[in-house]
Amino acid sequence: MTDATNATIGEKMPEAPARGRWADVWRQFRAHRGAFWGMMFLVFITLFVTVGPLIWPHDPTALDIRSKDMRPFYVGLFAGEDSNVKWSWEHPLGTDNLGRDLMAKLMLGGQVSLAVGWVAMLLALFLGALIGVSAGFFKSLDGPLMRMTDLFLALPLLPLLLVMMLLFREPLRATFGSETGTFILIVVVIGITSWMQTARVVRGDVLALKEREFILAARSIGTPSSKIISRHLLPNVMSAIMVSATLGLANAIITESAISFLGLGFPPDFPTWGKLLSDATSRLQRFPERVIWPGVAISFTVLAVNYMGDGLRDALDPRIRGR
Amino acid sequence: MLTFTIRRLILAVPTLLFISLVIYSLLEFAPGDPMANMPLTIPDEVKQQMREALGVGQPIWISFPKWLYQFFIVEPLVLIDGIFGSTFSEGQQRIISWQTRSPVMDIVAERLPQTLWVVGTAYVVAILIALPIGIYSAYRQYSVFDQAGTFVAMVGYSVPPFFSGVLVIVIFSVNLGWLPSIYDTTLEVVDWETFKLQLKQMIMPVMVLALQITSQISRFMRASMLDNLKQDYVRTARAKGMSEWTVVMVHVLRNSMIPVVTVIALGIPSIFGGAIITEQVFKVNGIGQLLITAIQANDLPTVQTLTFVFAILIVLFNLLADVLYGILDPRIRYD
Repeated sequence: MTDATNATIGEKMPEAPARGRWADVWRQFRAHRGAFWGMMFLVFITLFVTVGPLIWPHDPTALDIRSKDMRPFYVGLFAGEDSNVKWSWEHPLGTDNLGRDLMAKLMLGGQVSLAVGWVAMLLALFLGALIGVSAGFFKSLDGPLMRMTDLFLALPLLPLLLVMMLLFREPLRATFGSETGTFILIVVVIGITSWMQTARVVRGDVLALKEREFILAARSIGTPSSKIISRHLLPNVMSAIMVSATLGLANAIITESAISFLGLGFPPDFPTWGKLLSDATSRLQRFPERVIWPGVAISFTVLAVNYMGDGLRDALDPRIRGR
Repeated sequence: MLTFTIRRLILAVPTLLFISLVIYSLLEFAPGDPMANMPLTIPDEVKQQMREALGVGQPIWISFPKWLYQFFIVEPLVLIDGIFGSTFSEGQQRIISWQTRSPVMDIVAERLPQTLWVVGTAYVVAILIALPIGIYSAYRQYSVFDQAGTFVAMVGYSVPPFFSGVLVIVIFSVNLGWLPSIYDTTLEVVDWETFKLQLKQMIMPVMVLALQITSQISRFMRASMLDNLKQDYVRTARAKGMSEWTVVMVHVLRNSMIPVVTVIALGIPSIFGGAIITEQVFKVNGIGQLLITAIQANDLPTVQTLTFVFAILIVLFNLLADVLYGILDPRIRYD
């Protein structure tokens, strides 16, 4: 419609086709090299853990005692033909002390780690956005909700996480089975201890937006509060939420691995990256690769997500975007 | 300034009470039984009496105030007694660990020096590295040094300590054999040789902790310097003909330090949390490791006390950060 009006008035038409806001954001995001490669890596690792097990011939739980303790291919190649290093192209990253393929275990472990990360992040975002919007929009809720946020920020989170894992592990395992129970517990525990930053940022944005004219206009034509929030406020705080989503994902993956590393996470024989790493530390001297590969997977994923967050922050900031 | 400090101090009291209630009631749900590890030959009545002696099974409105009394009255009295040789705390019941049957605070006092030693050194090292990096990155924004600094900082908070710790063990202990992989806390520094040993075993834990802290503080320093370098007063100072060193290191730095100092103060308690993992990796028997073993052994009084000690640290340093901000930036003081 704008185009039509412009044409009738006879103003000069813009040369390039008009771009939407999100196209702009995408251009800026792509221009940030770290963010772009971070996203590529995240896509790659997601495919690796989801499609990978379908292609890879080995089962992560299949025992094969004859081919136990294999070294990765690069150790074998480096040692040369006539050394007695045990390796084969069958298991390029080697096998563990029961002959289970490390590559297959990495895929399965990654599935769990990434799933925990995403679900916990979404839960934290939901809580954070809910509390942030309520505190910013309803004046009467602001005081109590923000005091509660402050109190949560003053809790010692890692010790409390560990304590909660200790307390609720058994009852939940009894109800939902050991794997599902632990999954629910870890996700909930990480979710309810990491929503505070999101809530603060969202509240700040909502407080500023609430005073703007378009909200006043919406209110003056009788829009109910629920519609104002869902149609006018939420789309406008989306950028803040997306940036804290990346931070939340990185944080959730690290926290899950830390819990697993300290031995309070998933049951034994259920691999996650953190658990693979911690199980391997006892035989670190002979088989360093079993520590390094899960660690590399965690670190690279988190690094990729952090870079994405960095790029997203730049791309969503209109003051930088024009640069 | 005084009213400001006092107001903050009073606000901290309900926070602490709330946190202690949360921690306490959370642990009241715990299924743990201090008699679980006792021999089966002990008759049930005796076990029941032992439980009562340890104060298990009391309703929360009796046990919680009792625990608060023990934590805030008895334990400080014991501390005073220990320092001045007085006998205020004689006959008072202290918080007893279920695991060792000795007062929890005594164990904490035994473990605290190791943690403080490692964590404290790491923090100081990290600040000493982070500040120059932050200043120089901001001064030469988008230079090669700045890009490298950004990358290292990114890596610093992406690589979890349980991986970076294990990685340095693989490199420096397993492959090169330069440094010991386990922190030996029985080592006493008496001469040059033992001092060198102590230094060697501290390098890795300190570096692993410092990497994380450095990456955070250097980012903050850089952002804060960038904000200030664009201000009008910097142009004025340059126009007056001051040397570049004075402009950057005196005028800009002092103003940029205001938010950074509070970040440094706020970061201290979270370092104790991070130290839990580092202590586990390098087998340092500090309070983080004590917490893990207490959790695994279901030793609730120890877990409660330690978690609460962490909470007090957080509240205390939040307070300190607030007050520091008030001192450094007169605009913040609204009394």
